Amino acid sequence: MNWSNILTATLSAFFGVNAMYFALSAIGLNVQFGYAGLLNFGQAGFMACGAYAVGMTAHYYGISFWWGVPIAVVYAVIFGLIMGVPTLRLRADYLAIVTIALAECVRLIVRSVTFKKYFGGSDGINQFANSFVSKTPFNPSSKYSLYPFADSVNAVGSVLLLVSFAVCSVLLGHMLAQKWAKEERQGFQTKWIISAVAVMAFLMIASKQTEYDGLSFKSLVVGWILAAVIGGFIYMLMRSPWGRVIKGIREDEDAVRSLGKNVYSYKMQALILGGVIATFSGIMFSVSRGSVQPDNYSRDVTFYVLTALVLGGLAKVSGSIVGPMLFWAILSFVDAFLNELAKSWGGHVDIFGIPLITESSHIGVYVQVVIGLMLVFLMVFRPQGLFGNKKEMALDGH
Amino acid sequence: MATDEQTLSETARIARAALANVAPEPGVAKPDPIMTAEGVRRSFGGITAVDVERVEIQRGSITALIGPNGAGKTTFFNLMTAFDTPDTGKWWFDGKDLEGVQAHKTADMGMVRTFQLTKSLTKMSVIENMKLGATGQKGEKWWNGLLPFTWLAQEREIEARADALLARFKLDHMRNEYAGTLSGGQRKLLEMSRALMTNPKLVMLDEPMAGVNPALKQSLNQHIKGLRDEGMTVLFVEHDMDMVHDISDWVIVMAEGMIIAEGTPDQISSNPAVIDAYLGAHQGKSLLEDL
Ligand SMILES: Nc1ncnc2c1ncn2[C@@H]1O[C@H](COP(=O)(O)OP(=O)(O)O)[C@@H](O)[C@H]1O
Ligand SMILES: [Mg+2]
Repeated sequence: MNWSNILTATLSAFFGVNAMYFALSAIGLNVQFGYAGLLNFGQAGFMACGAYAVGMTAHYYGISFWWGVPIAVVYAVIFGLIMGVPTLRLRADYLAIVTIALAECVRLIVRSVTFKKYFGGSDGINQFANSFVSKTPFNPSSKYSLYPFADSVNAVGSVLLLVSFAVCSVLLGHMLAQKWAKEERQGFQTKWIISAVAVMAFLMIASKQTEYDGLSFKSLVVGWILAAVIGGFIYMLMRSPWGRVIKGIREDEDAVRSLGKNVYSYKMQALILGGVIATFSGIMFSVSRGSVQPDNYSRDVTFYVLTALVLGGLAKVSGSIVGPMLFWAILSFVDAFLNELAKSWGGHVDIFGIPLITESSHIGVYVQVVIGLMLVFLMVFRPQGLFGNKKEMALDGH
Repeated sequence: MATDEQTLSETARIARAALANVAPEPGVAKPDPIMTAEGVRRSFGGITAVDVERVEIQRGSITALIGPNGAGKTTFFNLMTAFDTPDTGKWWFDGKDLEGVQAHKTADMGMVRTFQLTKSLTKMSVIENMKLGATGQKGEKWWNGLLPFTWLAQEREIEARADALLARFKLDHMRNEYAGTLSGGQRKLLEMSRALMTNPKLVMLDEPMAGVNPALKQSLNQHIKGLRDEGMTVLFVEHDMDMVHDISDWVIVMAEGMIIAEGTPDQISSNPAVIDAYLGAHQGKSLLEDL
C-alpha cells in the first residue's frame, strides 16, 4: 500500500480540473435548482454549448478560440430559450423532462455521423486550443504544485497562491464559525479566527501533496479564478432584490405573482444565467484538454454535477464550490485506494473467495457504486448537504 | 345600532352614504365602481363554478363576499386577478379592461389578492417576505442586482415601510424569524401586510379570518377598517356573519356560482333568499338570528 500515492491522487483531485469544471457547472445549476427551484436535468447540454463553441471556432474559422467565448454565451442563451419557452409556464416536472431530452438531443446531434464534418462525430474536435496551450507560461511536460513554497512556483505565484488561500480561509472560516456558534454570537471572533487558521493549515498541508502537469495547472489557475469571480457575483445577486424574487419563486410562485412579479420572465432569467455559467464550465473543460468529445456531455455528467451540488448544499454558493471538490476527492480516493489495494494483492482483490477486482478496469464500477451510496447516505443523514441550513430544511411548505 | 353610528369613521360614513340609495338587488349599478364584472362564467368539467351576470364593487367601501362553501368565491377571486381565465365574460378594474392582462400586471395596476390557503414564503424571513411585496424595485432587474448603489437607497425606504407595517400588525417581534415559524393566524396577518406593500387600490382578501384566534380577529377587524380609512377599497370573503355585519358597508351573496343577493348588512340579514341559501347549506342553525 503506497499511501502517499493515494494521498496525492485525493488531494490533487480536490483542487483538480474535474473539481474546477464541476464547480462552474454546479454554480450554474445552483442558480437554477438551488435558488429558483427549476429542475434542470440538462446541464450537460449547456456545457456542450461552451465546449463546441470554442472547439468549432478554432477549428473551422482558424481564428483564436477566444472568439468562441461570446459565441458560447449566445449558444447557451438560445439553448435556454428553447428549453424555457415551452415549459416554464407549465408545472415543474415538464421542465425536468424537456431538459433531459434536449441535452441528449445536443449530444446525439454532435456525435452523429451525418454532421461529422461539422462536429467531428464521436471523435469530437481535437487540438484546437493550441493558442491556449502554447501561450502557457508553464511547461506542459513538467510537474507543478499548488503549494505556495514549492520549487515549481515563482515569487509572484507564491504571493498569489498565499493571498487566495488567505481569502478562502477567511470566507470559509466565517462560515464554519457560524455553524459552530449556531445562535449564540458570543466569542464569534475567536471561533472565526480558529476556523480560518484551521482552513489555512489544511490548504497549506493539502496543497503540498498536489501535482499537476503544465496545461492542467494553467487551466486550474484560470478556472478557479473564474469560479471565484462568478461565485462572488452570484453571492451578491442572491442578496439583491432580484435574488429575493428568485428565492420567492422557489417557494411559491403564485404568491410572488400576486405581488406583481413576472414569474415567467424571472424563471427564464435564472435558467439562462445558470446555463451561461455552465457554458464556461464546458469551455474550461475542453480547453484544459485541448479537445471536445461528445460523450463528455452525457446525462451522467448532469447527475454527477447534481450529486456534487447536493453534497455541498443547495442554495449556498460555498456549497456549490466545495461540494464538487469533495465529490472528486472522494472518488479519487476510492479509485486510488482500490488501485493500490489491487496492486499490493498481486493484481486482483478477492474477499471470501469472491473475485471483486481482477482487472484495473473493474475499479470504475466500484467508483460508481460509491457515488450511489454517497447520495443515499447524504439523503438519509444530511439532506441539507454539508453547508446547507438544517433549520431551513425543517420548515414545511405551507 | 345607535352606538355603531357614533363610532363610524368619516370614510365609513361617506361609503355608507354613497351606498344608501343603491337598490338591494343582484347586479345593481354602484355610483363609483372600482371593479366591474359582466357575464363572467367558468366551469370545471360538468360543474359551473362561477356564473356572474353582473357585479360592481363600490370604490372606497368594504364589501363582503359571502356564500356557502363551494359557492365559487375563490374561483371568482382567481378570475378577477387572472390566476384563472373565464370561459366567457368581461371585467374591468379602475376603468381598464382586464381581459388578457396577466396576473402580475393586475398587481401593478393596484389590485392585490391574498389566498385562502396562506402562501407565506416559509424559508424566507418575515422581513424578506414583506420587502418582496414592494413593486417597482430597481434591484429586481438582474443587471442592477450587481450594482447595489442603484437600489440600496430604495431598499432602505422599502425596509422602513415594511417595518412600519409589521409594527402596525404586531409582527415586529418576529421580524427576523423564518415565516415558517409563524402561527397560522400570524401567517394570515403577514400575507395581508405583504399585500399592502404593493400600495394597492383594491385589496381582495380570501377568508382572512380563517384560523385566526378570536383576540386577533378583533384587531384584524380594526386593521381592515383602517385600510378603508386610508382610501383603499376592500373586498373580502368571510363566513362569520357577526364580523361581516360589523365591518362591511355592502354585502354580496354568492351561491352555486351566481350572485343571488346584494345589499347593506341589515338588508342582507333580512333577505329570505339569503337565509334560504345559507340555511340550506348550514343545516338549521341560523347564522343571522342574532342580528
Ligand atoms: N381547479 C378546479 N378544478 C375543478 N373544480 C374546481 C376547481 N376550483 C374550484 N372548483 C369547484 O368550483 C366550485 C367553487 O369552488 P370555490 O370557488 O373554491 O368555492 P368557495 O371559495 O366559494 O368555497 C366548487 O364546486 C369546486 O369544487
Ligand atoms: Mg374559497
